[in-house]
Amino acid sequence: MMRIERRIKYEGDRVRGFAKEIMSVSGCEQLQSCIQCGTCSGTCPLSIYMDFSPRQVVALVRADFKNEVLRSHTVWLCASCYACTVECPRQIRITDIMYALKQRAIQDGIYPKRFPIAVLAKEFYEMVRRKGRITETLLVMRLFLKTNWGAALGSWRLGLGMIRTGRFGLRPEHIERRAELAAMLATADNGDGKPKERQ
Amino acid sequence: MKYSYFPGCSLKGLGRAYEESLLPVMKHLGVELVELDDWNCCGATAYMSVDETKAAVLAARNLAIAEKAGPRDLMAPCSACYLVLNKTKHNIADFPEINAAVQRALGNAKLTYSGNVPVRHPLDILVNDVGLDVIKEKVVRPLKGLKVAPYYGCQTVRPYATFDDAWNPTTMDRLLATAGAEVVHFPLKTKCCGGSLTGTVPEAGLRLTYILLKEAVRRGADVIATACPLCQFNLDAYQDQISRRWGPARIATVYFTQLMGLAFGLSPEQLGLKRNFVPMKPLQAEPVTA
Repeated sequence: MMRIERRIKYEGDRVRGFAKEIMSVSGCEQLQSCIQCGTCSGTCPLSIYMDFSPRQVVALVRADFKNEVLRSHTVWLCASCYACTVECPRQIRITDIMYALKQRAIQDGIYPKRFPIAVLAKEFYEMVRRKGRITETLLVMRLFLKTNWGAALGSWRLGLGMIRTGRFGLRPEHIERRAELAAMLATADNGDGKPKERQ
Repeated sequence: MKYSYFPGCSLKGLGRAYEESLLPVMKHLGVELVELDDWNCCGATAYMSVDETKAAVLAARNLAIAEKAGPRDLMAPCSACYLVLNKTKHNIADFPEINAAVQRALGNAKLTYSGNVPVRHPLDILVNDVGLDVIKEKVVRPLKGLKVAPYYGCQTVRPYATFDDAWNPTTMDRLLATAGAEVVHFPLKTKCCGGSLTGTVPEAGLRLTYILLKEAVRRGADVIATACPLCQFNLDAYQDQISRRWGPARIATVYFTQLMGLAFGLSPEQLGLKRNFVPMKPLQAEPVTA
C-alpha cells in the first residue's frame, strides 16, 4: 500500500529547549555557530548510510527537532572517527554532539530497535560497572543473546577462528578494588543531578 | 627510560598479540614499562554513549592511579584507550563541571588527580623519546623487500594527537622504513575501518574494512601494519565474510610492533604472529631464527 507521509516539519513538531539542553553539554557549546557548510557530511565515512546527514542533524538539533534526531539512524552509525570534529571550520565537536544525542536516546528508550549498537553500549556499560574491565568475547555473547540469535549462529566460523588463534578468552576479567570503582561511579550518579537511566 | 603502562582490555583479550609484541620490542630498546596497578577499562566509545560524567570518572581513576605511581608518562597503545584518556584529561582541564564531578568521585575513593599525567602513544615514544637512530642500531634483520601499507586508523591521530598529523601521519611510516621495510603509499591510512559497526551493522561496517583491504592489495602491499586492536581484528578476522560479499581481498594485517620485532631478530612465536586469522607470509630469504 502506498504510504502517505508528511515530508515537511511543522512548528508544532519542535520540542522547545532541546537545542539549549544539548548545548549545555560539555563540548557541545559551539553548536549554534554552525554555518551549514556540510564539511562534516563530506568527511564522514558513514554519511552515505545515514537517514540524516551530520549537517542535517546539527540543523535539526539547533531547531529543537528532538524526536526526529533521536529516532534517526545517524547517531548510531557514527563510529567516532572524529573526522568531522577535526575538519569543522567552526570548531564544533560534532562527535561529542553525537554522544550527547546517543545518551538522550538511550535515556528516553527511543533508539531504532534494529540497531544493536545501543544494546552494545548498555551491556558494555554494565559489564564495566560491575567488573571494572571488559572481557570482549563475553560481551559479544551477551549482545547476541539480547539481540540476534541468528547472527550468533552465523558467526560460528568467526568463533572457531578466535579459538584457533588463542584469542577467545572466557575467563572473566575484573579489577581488584571493585568497591572503590563502584563508590566512584555512585558519587557521579548522585552528584550531577541528571535523570537516572531507564532500565 | 621508564613509563607507566596502560594495556587496556583488548591487549589482554582479542588484541593480545599487540601486547605480546610490544613488551619484547620495548624491552629490546631498553624501555621499562610498569603496568598500572589495578587499572580499569577506559570506557571506550560505549561509556560515553551512556553517561559522559561517569565516562570521565571511569577514565580518571586510571589517571589518578598513574599520578600516584610517580612522575612518569603513561603509555596507552590501544587507540581507544589513548583517545579516551586524553579526552578525559582535556575535559577535566577545560570544563569545571566535569572536573568537580571527577574530584568528588576520586575523593570518595581517597584518590587525587591534579592533571599531571601525559598520556603517550608508543608511536610517539618510539620516534620522539627512543629515536630512529637508536632503533636502527637494533635492526639485525632488515625487512628487505617487504611491502607494508601503514594503517593508523582514526583515534590514534584524531582529535588529540599532537605527535603526528590527523590525516597524513608519518611516525609509523618512518619506524617501518627504519626497520628496512618498503612503505607503500597508502592514502587511506587514517580512514575509518568501521569500528564496532563490523559486528553491529555489517553491511556498513564491513564495507569500510573491505575498502581498506582492497586498496592495500591494489597498491601492492604484502601486509598491512596497524596500531589498533580493533582495526587489526576487523581487517584480519572478517576476510571470508568480506570476500563472499564483495570479492577477494586477502592480505595479512599485523601490529607494527610485530614487524619491528621481526627486524630486531625476534621469532614470530615471540611476537604473537600465530594469532592471525590470515597469517603473514614468512619473510624472504633466510628463515627467522629465535
